[in-house]
Amino acid sequence: MIPADGEWDEVHKAILDHIDEQRGFFQGARLALDLGNHALKAAELGKLRDEISERGLTLWAVLSNSPSTEQTAQTLGLATRLTKLRPEGGTRPLETTLHSGENAILVRRTLRSGFSLQHPGHVIVIGDVNPGAEIIAGGDVIVWGRLRGMVHAGALGDEDAVVCALDLAPTQLRISGQIATTPQHRGKPQPELARIKDGRVVAEIWNPKGK
Amino acid sequence: MPGKVVTITSGKGGVGKTTATANIGAALASYSQKVVCVDADIGLRNLDVVLGLENRIVYDLVDVVEGRCRLRQAMIRDKHLGDLFLIPAAQTRDKSAVSPSDMVRLCDELRPDYDWILIDSPAGIERGFRNAIAPADIVLVVTNPEVSAVRDADRIIGLIEAEEKGPARLVINRLKPEMVRRGDMLSAEDVLDLLAVELIGLIPEDEHVVMSTNQGTPIVLNGKSKAGQAFRDIARRLQGEQVPFPPLEDQNSIFKRVSRLFRAGGN
Repeated sequence: MIPADGEWDEVHKAILDHIDEQRGFFQGARLALDLGNHALKAAELGKLRDEISERGLTLWAVLSNSPSTEQTAQTLGLATRLTKLRPEGGTRPLETTLHSGENAILVRRTLRSGFSLQHPGHVIVIGDVNPGAEIIAGGDVIVWGRLRGMVHAGALGDEDAVVCALDLAPTQLRISGQIATTPQHRGKPQPELARIKDGRVVAEIWNPKGK
Repeated sequence: MPGKVVTITSGKGGVGKTTATANIGAALASYSQKVVCVDADIGLRNLDVVLGLENRIVYDLVDVVEGRCRLRQAMIRDKHLGDLFLIPAAQTRDKSAVSPSDMVRLCDELRPDYDWILIDSPAGIERGFRNAIAPADIVLVVTNPEVSAVRDADRIIGLIEAEEKGPARLVINRLKPEMVRRGDMLSAEDVLDLLAVELIGLIPEDEHVVMSTNQGTPIVLNGKSKAGQAFRDIARRLQGEQVPFPPLEDQNSIFKRVSRLFRAGGN
């Protein structure tokens, strides 16, 4: 469903009216809404989702040009793409190359279990990534905090992608098509950087004195 | 002052949401607060059993929402505490019988006349959870010191933040100080380290809880129980009091008892 532009209050009402008018058609449906340029707060989107579910529909996905709306939708557990970013069966050649500094997002909060952050560019998190959370990035992933969830850098096939964190202890770490897990017995947490070296994922301790 | 709505939730089942709701409710009522406990676990109701009020149910939450009775008719007064009421869940329906806006309306109707409205949330993150969370002013997340329960608590805390109901406050239930000391159980610090939310209650494992639950008498009415004391502390913290957390080591170990005897003898 693609509602018109305009004030959110009116658009909000128009969506519900449209559902009410064609209740028979929509009954039990999974709804994908394209909200264009509307920037929505979690409360507004949550309210809409509840109102839609009271009408016997499920709000499944929200498409948006606004990054903030997209993120709100992801926090509420809604899909933001109609096709999945994750490449089927591992590596797929990259069509557009990402260059350093291009198209990155900065997330300044703790990513908790169940939260999935998917972005075609680089991802920077200031906060922890808890077990059960996942980050899937086309480029690099930098975590200024503890990385304990699942992380996939270079998900579109970039073998040069890196993952670094102040405490690098992910449940699983993937770079491009390579998969690694954290060793069971680790010493004291310290900043590490993981990348592909000779076809394997290796983690190197950040050493200010070295090199 | 209008009443506050406190939702008690957890994600994982069986960590003690219902026990916590019953006991925090009873503790608040014992401090002369007017309290209503609402069982939002429609289809799997338990709160009435824990409070020992099962045989007094005539109307339930769904009857109120669907207009078959007035709100006051569904409220059951507790056997022990005159200021404690229960609105039971329906057993023969499911979560979809109530919507989040129904819960908001219900709580708005209760707010002027009661100090505290406690909502016992069902396990899970679906409709039932959203119903329970919709009217909340304060959310308490109950967890056990186990990896699986902590993982679910983390997810729930994230959802609460997403619904802009946060920050949630944490109740760690069934902590065994002896096991923590041996390094066989996550400590309160380990749990807080991961979840990074404010702690409001630390409930030690206590056999009295099972006994009191089976008898339908809240443990807070048992002055000797440590768990009862911990629930009373939560009630005081909810009312804005600063209550220190008691030391966590196992004070019942023989060594401690002996050393205390010696100290008492020396003085």
